[in-house]
Amino acid sequence: MTTHVAHSDAHHDDKPHGFFNRWVCSTNHKDIGTLYLVFAFIMACVGALFSGVIRTELAQPGLQFVQPYFFNQMTTLHALVMIFGAIMPAFVGLANWMVPLMIGAPDMALPRMNNWSFWILPFAFTLLLWPLVQYLLFGTGGGAIAGGWTLYPPLAIQGGDAVAFSIFAVHLMGISSIMGAINIIATILNLRAPGMDLLKMPLFVWTWLITAFLLIAVMPVLAGAVTMLLTDKYFGTSFFNAAGGGDPVMFQHIFWFFGHPEVYIMILPAFGIVSEIIPTFSRKPLFGYQAMVYATASIAFLSFIVWGHHMFTVGMPLGGELYFMYATMLIAVPTGVKVFNWVSTMWRGSLSFEAPMLWAIAFVILFTIGGFSGLMLALVPADFQYQDTYFVVAHFHYVLVTGALFSIIGAIYYWWPKWTGRMYNETWAKVHFWWTMVFVNVLFFPQHFLGLAGMPRRIPDYNVAFADWNLVSTIGAYGMFLTPFMFAFILWHSLKKGAKAEARAWEAAHGLEWTVPSPAPFHTFATPPAIHDEDLAHGDVTH
Amino acid sequence: MPTDTARRNRRFLKRALLVSACMFLFGFAMVPLYRIACVHVFKNRIYNTADSTAKVAGFAEDTSRWVTIQFVGNVNSALAWRFAPERASIRVHPGALSEAWFDATNLAPATIVGNAVPSVAPASASPYFNKTECFCFTEQALKSGESRRMPVRFVVDPQLPPDIDTLTLSYTFYNNQLATKKLAEQERLAAGKTSS
Repeated sequence: MTTHVAHSDAHHDDKPHGFFNRWVCSTNHKDIGTLYLVFAFIMACVGALFSGVIRTELAQPGLQFVQPYFFNQMTTLHALVMIFGAIMPAFVGLANWMVPLMIGAPDMALPRMNNWSFWILPFAFTLLLWPLVQYLLFGTGGGAIAGGWTLYPPLAIQGGDAVAFSIFAVHLMGISSIMGAINIIATILNLRAPGMDLLKMPLFVWTWLITAFLLIAVMPVLAGAVTMLLTDKYFGTSFFNAAGGGDPVMFQHIFWFFGHPEVYIMILPAFGIVSEIIPTFSRKPLFGYQAMVYATASIAFLSFIVWGHHMFTVGMPLGGELYFMYATMLIAVPTGVKVFNWVSTMWRGSLSFEAPMLWAIAFVILFTIGGFSGLMLALVPADFQYQDTYFVVAHFHYVLVTGALFSIIGAIYYWWPKWTGRMYNETWAKVHFWWTMVFVNVLFFPQHFLGLAGMPRRIPDYNVAFADWNLVSTIGAYGMFLTPFMFAFILWHSLKKGAKAEARAWEAAHGLEWTVPSPAPFHTFATPPAIHDEDLAHGDVTH
Repeated sequence: MPTDTARRNRRFLKRALLVSACMFLFGFAMVPLYRIACVHVFKNRIYNTADSTAKVAGFAEDTSRWVTIQFVGNVNSALAWRFAPERASIRVHPGALSEAWFDATNLAPATIVGNAVPSVAPASASPYFNKTECFCFTEQALKSGESRRMPVRFVVDPQLPPDIDTLTLSYTFYNNQLATKKLAEQERLAAGKTSS
């Protein structure tokens, strides 16, 4: 097998001693997965704090608490931290933990690079957040980047030197993501246990394989785009500078060539997670496994050719608008296949509603609402009305919070017994779920109404006509703000007092990860497992 | 002693890094690619250059038809200039060579180089609007307090679709910071020479 495994077997089978050796020098996929997940949780709390400032300011019309420029920093950082600091690292952490366990591999293919991809991230986010820290604590500098996470010039580069900090932070995040993606592909392609054919792989592995290809294809394009911003600001180039013969709209084309595949990078692994959880708690194999695989691949392909729908109103030939509209609506077909298959998996299953299942079902319902509002935004004439309103904000929070984030929380509940060997308290987990379910909708659903009524996004003050629903939304935000603490408490309590979990923690769970003990030993599958089809969750297998 | 799997991992790593590097360059390649697509595939005019007199001379004046041309002058927030058209609109026959004047004044205490970026609305009329001379083709340097009267000469193509009877020609002046800096540098050097 790999050199890494040979090394581990020769010297020790136990965990390395000392914090530094165990965590900072880690090459173990489980420990690095844990690091990613802990980092993502911390970043999610930081991002939630920023959104707390935003919703507090927006509770009433008028300027109450912060100045507009600071508000703009909050909206910009909230997006960058949540996308690159919370959602993406959480998915990479889950991939680190689960992909080797699900395909019978001893570790990731390139363990040292794995260590590096994680440890770049704290540096990236220190760079991104430092201008804000410096401004708040020491009162120096102009604060963080404030031109919106999409970094559109000329506004984005009119900021202070926080622009340079953020651009280098984005470079580091890109390097981290690309290395993580390369590692995942190499693991899946080269380290599968004999007999684990591609079309027997769990869907979580399939969706991550496709996501990783998307990452390799588009993260470098973002790096190129921000590099051009950097040279425009500091070295006198005119890529996007109209005065020098450049074109600011060009940036939007390049950015969204990255940006649209990016939104699928944040949702495809969620599809995979839900496709693992629903069969387990429906006690039925996944309906239409191969269709799911092909639907994922089609979504990934389509994501490259629809970027123009983010810029319908910036000026485009009529043919371009029509093309991007129809191509975008085409994505509803493979996505519809997926939703249909999840529902069909539950159809006549013997369902039980443990916490992971609740999150998965909520994902299916609420993500579909986000998908529908996405279809509305895809219509060119409608989009002229909706663009840059709170309708867009409601749309992408439905797909990212009740979509991506819900799937991550579901995944943590689902695999927690495997990671820790402990069950969590089911009652509290249900309270956590229902609390979130109520307040996330109180938070985001009214934003649809605000957007349809014409409230623009990214503003600290608004017409008094929008006051009522903004207050409702802010109440929802305060309710949501408690959920990370609930979650942390439930997990901490489980670690201390949770019941011992069995190897197959869920009655009907299939897949190789459930054949190893709970908690999963530090080294698993040092010799490749013999694949028995009845152990597998998916594919051309019999149950 | 690398095993077979380790060799395959490393080979994949090299290929993937190569793909990433190519995609990084592709990001830059999009700049000319979009330009080519705009000009040759979608036939959009994005070059701000003068039309040839030969082309314009071929137009026959269509005296049976009037087109209203509206003029708009804007200044980007980073430029302390006053800039406006002398007349808000004129009526012309398609095919006739017409002229309009714009006035700019530098309100800043220093010399500034500005560039004007034109735009024609509706966009579908843009290909039929031919500028033979324009202050937007060159950099405009104005000393502090200096004013300049600047012409634009144009011909509307008689092929202009019949449903269009009003065109808007809009200019936005931007501060060309690079050229401004260069000019200030030159002035500083010249001042240094005369004083020594």
